[in-house]
Amino acid sequence: MKGIILLFSLIAFSSLAGAALAETAEEKGLAIAVEADKRDQGWTDQETTSKMILRNSQGAESTREIRGKALEVEGDGDKSLTIFDTPRDVKGTAFLSFTHTLKADEQWLYLPALKRVKRISSSNKSGPFMGSEFSFEDISSQEVAKYKYKFIKDDKINDREVFVIERIPQYKKSGYTKQIAWIDKEMYQPLKIEFYDRKKSLLKTLTQHDYKQYLNKYWRPGRLEMVNHQTSKSTTLLWKSYKFKNGFSSRDFDRNSLKRAR
Amino acid sequence: MKFFLTITLLICSSSLWANEWSGNISFDTKYFSQDGLSASQFKEYGSISFQPEWFHEWDGGKQSFTFVPFTRWDQHDEKRTHSDIRELSWLKVFKESELRVGTGKVYWGVSESQHLVDVINQTDLVENMDGEDKLGQPMINYALINDWGTVDFFVLPYFRERTFPGVNGRLRTSYHIDTDNVTYESSDKQNHIDYALRWSHSLGDWDIGLSHFNGTSRDPAFTTTPTPDNNGVLSLRPIYYLMQQTGLDIQATKDAWLWKLEVINRSINNDNYNAATAGFEYTFYSILESSSDIGLVVEYLYDDRNSKASTPFEDDLMLGLRWTKNDENDTSVLVGVIADRDDSSRLYSIEASRRVAENMKLTIEARLFTGIAANDLLLASFRQDDFIQVELGYYF
Repeated sequence: MKGIILLFSLIAFSSLAGAALAETAEEKGLAIAVEADKRDQGWTDQETTSKMILRNSQGAESTREIRGKALEVEGDGDKSLTIFDTPRDVKGTAFLSFTHTLKADEQWLYLPALKRVKRISSSNKSGPFMGSEFSFEDISSQEVAKYKYKFIKDDKINDREVFVIERIPQYKKSGYTKQIAWIDKEMYQPLKIEFYDRKKSLLKTLTQHDYKQYLNKYWRPGRLEMVNHQTSKSTTLLWKSYKFKNGFSSRDFDRNSLKRAR
Repeated sequence: MKFFLTITLLICSSSLWANEWSGNISFDTKYFSQDGLSASQFKEYGSISFQPEWFHEWDGGKQSFTFVPFTRWDQHDEKRTHSDIRELSWLKVFKESELRVGTGKVYWGVSESQHLVDVINQTDLVENMDGEDKLGQPMINYALINDWGTVDFFVLPYFRERTFPGVNGRLRTSYHIDTDNVTYESSDKQNHIDYALRWSHSLGDWDIGLSHFNGTSRDPAFTTTPTPDNNGVLSLRPIYYLMQQTGLDIQATKDAWLWKLEVINRSINNDNYNAATAGFEYTFYSILESSSDIGLVVEYLYDDRNSKASTPFEDDLMLGLRWTKNDENDTSVLVGVIADRDDSSRLYSIEASRRVAENMKLTIEARLFTGIAANDLLLASFRQDDFIQVELGYYF
């Protein structure tokens, strides 16, 4: 699907080359998303360690330590395996996800106390991930076909040039009516995203900080800050390490690997 | 002995040992609202359990070793005071297969109310009457991972007997179970070698498992006439028959619906019968604009032996309501009832849990038995056993 859209947009680009002025806001928005997607292709696989700090409206904190593995799947969403190290009572709980661009994702949960692998519904897109302000749709892989785009304007954030684009989710059960993303013109990565709820009011703001480039190509943030404006709760997501090209295969993302994930 | 020495050396020599220990210590207290049917029973029971876990991996994660001992001390029930090796196993991961040797636990199936297909491990019944706690099972498990599904082969060289509450314990049969005098159909007794085979696969929205087991049934039958145990107390003796069981478990995941089916055919003691659990789980996500989910669980439990069934669930309906708050403390509550369709017997249960500190979890569990006739063969013994249990677990 991604390939078709890419091809389509390339054709669109070439035919527009002679008539650049005729590019609509929708075409420009899509072109930015396609370019961002193109620049992030070929990472093959990655292994990460991260820490989430959850803050309630009184400022009380709790933390979660998470390890993740992800496998790039060409022409579809990625495969990922997430393992929880803390809180200690859920240690060893693991989550396997096969994301798809338009059809429903496939998700399994491993419960270590029962040694049970449970297929779970993926329609819970807007639900909180581990009690945090990140929802399942916020942490799942970003695919071009998941949204309809519209370029709004050029802008600056902290002296960095950005494109401001609007994204309307096209997949079912999204908790959002729209997102406004500030995309860095050099990295083609978001510096800030605003999320609007089903009543079209501003729900959350995500800012991404401390970008570093890996393998001379892929930009990854070191810290994410998600603030919920309606509940005053917030979550910090610290990416402690990224490791690319680990030689993972789909065998590292099956139900057997889920059962022995530690 | 040499084996244990090797393990001890392995544990001590690991420079990363501090990171590889985890586990929990739990304190619980159970309160029964009525006196027991027997004068030897109590109304309040306190207990402590300890389950550490040691894990070590090497060979780039291709090999690992896991050791999980378990022990519990119970204030009154001498049979609930017990220890077990939940896991002591070595795992080797190959490109398209996995080999696991040692003692461990295997879970099969999809349903919530009862676990018909799940026959590898023996139930550690003194832990909880819901049968979800299992004893470690010695096994060799070889899994072949193919594009068309995973095939698991099991060789189970040693049989574990079910645990039962002692004379002073609650939630037991009126005549207590004499676990010191056990009969086996096989002359090899506990050393009979059992075999099992399972194919499991995921096809789009469908998760399917097909299994066969050949060996000693984990579910005992009992002598019908009470006989004195070693202390002279009249009791029933367990009998373990050989069985052949074929099982099928299917789950279809369609949006917020989980459709579930477990069916078994079992040949045992010159009898052949079928049993099934069928139902669904539907979840209402983000109710009333909150982060809470409410799940509805409905299952029908069937056994074609009807009233001759060895379980009380021969024509029953289970209804459950699960509230998940999705908050930072993982608050959840599950309320359920299993109702017999032919009489008035009802089993109510409530399970609620919440993290109360970074390393501490509080769990409250209550069960109520209502409408049970004094002549109900399988449930009459529990008719005065309504209880509430509070457990505080520390996790490290």
